[in-house]
Amino acid sequence: MTIELKNLVKKFGAFTALDGVDLKIADGELLALLGPSGSGKTTLLRIIAGLDWPDAGEVRFDGENALTRGAGERHVGFVFQHYALFRHMTVFENVAFGLRVQPRAIRKDEAGIRARVKELLDLVQLDWLANRYPSQLSGGQRQRIALARALAIQPRILLLDEPFGALDAKVRKELRRWLRSLHEEINVTSVFVTHDQEEALEVANRVVVMDKGRIEQIGTPAEVYDRPATAFVHSFIGESVVLPVNVSGGQVWVGDQALNIKPNGAAPGPSQLFVRRHDMQVAPPGGGLRGSVRYLRTFGAVQRADIALTAGDGETLIEIDTPRDRPLQIGEVVELQPTRFRIFSA
Amino acid sequence: MTDGQISLRAAATDARTEPGLVRWIITGLAVLFLTVFVVLPLVLVFAEAFSRGVGAYFSALIEPEGLAAIRLTLLVAAISVALNLVFGLVAAWAITKFDFPGKSFLITLIDLPFSVSPVISGLLFVLLFGMQGFFGPWLQNHGIQILFAVPGIVLATVFVTFPFVARALIPLMQEQGTLEEEAAISLGASGLQTFFRITLPNIKWGVLYGVLLCNARAMGEFGAVSVVSGHIRGETNTMPLLVEILYNEYQFVAAFAIASLLAMLALVTLVVKTILERHLDEGQPVSDD
Repeated sequence: MTIELKNLVKKFGAFTALDGVDLKIADGELLALLGPSGSGKTTLLRIIAGLDWPDAGEVRFDGENALTRGAGERHVGFVFQHYALFRHMTVFENVAFGLRVQPRAIRKDEAGIRARVKELLDLVQLDWLANRYPSQLSGGQRQRIALARALAIQPRILLLDEPFGALDAKVRKELRRWLRSLHEEINVTSVFVTHDQEEALEVANRVVVMDKGRIEQIGTPAEVYDRPATAFVHSFIGESVVLPVNVSGGQVWVGDQALNIKPNGAAPGPSQLFVRRHDMQVAPPGGGLRGSVRYLRTFGAVQRADIALTAGDGETLIEIDTPRDRPLQIGEVVELQPTRFRIFSA
Repeated sequence: MTDGQISLRAAATDARTEPGLVRWIITGLAVLFLTVFVVLPLVLVFAEAFSRGVGAYFSALIEPEGLAAIRLTLLVAAISVALNLVFGLVAAWAITKFDFPGKSFLITLIDLPFSVSPVISGLLFVLLFGMQGFFGPWLQNHGIQILFAVPGIVLATVFVTFPFVARALIPLMQEQGTLEEEAAISLGASGLQTFFRITLPNIKWGVLYGVLLCNARAMGEFGAVSVVSGHIRGETNTMPLLVEILYNEYQFVAAFAIASLLAMLALVTLVVKTILERHLDEGQPVSDD
């Protein structure tokens, strides 16, 4: 199913959670909403689910207005951050809940419900836990039961709020891989919220980066990483070195030194130069970023250097790997050539 | 045995352990206090009640006045508990599941009966429904009797006991939050299905706890009921009121027989309360790993 969000606005008192969000989600997509806490991503998810209502804007499912329907009528599977399993019910009854509360006309009989629950528990590979209570499960198991419960009603969309947030690192990695293969298997349009960029880039087909209630960039994981659209995306995704520069006369200046890089269409005026650590190389003098070597370590084929770049008022310490055939000395002033960079006006 | 030696030494050097004498004195004081103020009176109630034998005890209970008082007390308790159960659930639901202006004021209002002397609570209804009261003349013109009749006793009891259920539920429901309800609704459950299948099972021990305390207070209430009852024999005397009347008339066996019923109610309440508290502790929310 496709989801279309038009100009969504949501305020909580004086706080603006969503400030005009437009988004189209294609059928069968696995989309990540990525952003820091308070960026509005969970609010967006809850509005899609019908658990919150926007102050303005539209939500359309397959072109149809979804705002006239309550959460229960939208056929949305929602997996809560802390799972929200029904603590007084067994795993089996948790998964069966959505089937048992259906209107009598379409409700399955007991045998049908049992068969469906069994099928779902097999899908999440936890059929042996059917008679346990949620308090007897590990975090990863609870997560998968919450997913099975959401899938029981054959949702048209699956929404997951920080699906791996409360799990430890190892379980998290396993579940990520598992979620992706599950998505390939059942192929239902899915949206998940995360503040973990690695999670978003690894699991999703498409990533929506949000900040302060607005969408900063929409793109494939490679696009948002390699071609960040805004300064925020660049600094939020991946490690970035940020240097104050000045663009004027078609050249980029650090202090009074002109760099040998092109402004790439950046507007004249005070700007910020964003470079990733691995996109810089030690180069012969002539228009690179100047810095002095502070500390050196060598192992194997690389030497790792801490280089203090002087730009603007202060120093920026960066760590760089260089080949050993260009030996460095502590205290030596070297030039670093950015091979890939972005300039945004400050 | 080495095990025994180690534990002996551990006991002797445990910083929390006081010298034997101190332990005996402290424990002794606590036991003495409880004996004088709780156990002794309780034993005396039963001793007095049975002082002329079992026959006299039961014949005191089946006196028409005694039976009427028991019947009235049960009726009043049943009505007030039922009303306060509904009120408590609604109030706790509103306070914990919604945000609205004046919420903390409402919580304060719910506590009001706890901070007002029961006699004042009773007087309040006299001021409202008495002959010189606010609604008095109107009620009299329409031939409705509230004061010095069962409705007045029920009203006073409801007022005095209304915090119990709400107070038992508010912290419990606040702690549980609304996530499970949201999950149920997104799975297609209706409001009623969500309440009966999710909310109620999660708070059932809290509800029972509140009902138990509400009931104990409703049956035992003296002050407020005394003001509004009018003490009409066989009609508006509840058990606590009858105990006082019988005692003042030197009918000690009868007074203590009725009192012994109230004492038993207290004992049963205590036992059930302990059991419920254990269940409440078990029903804590599932923690995250």
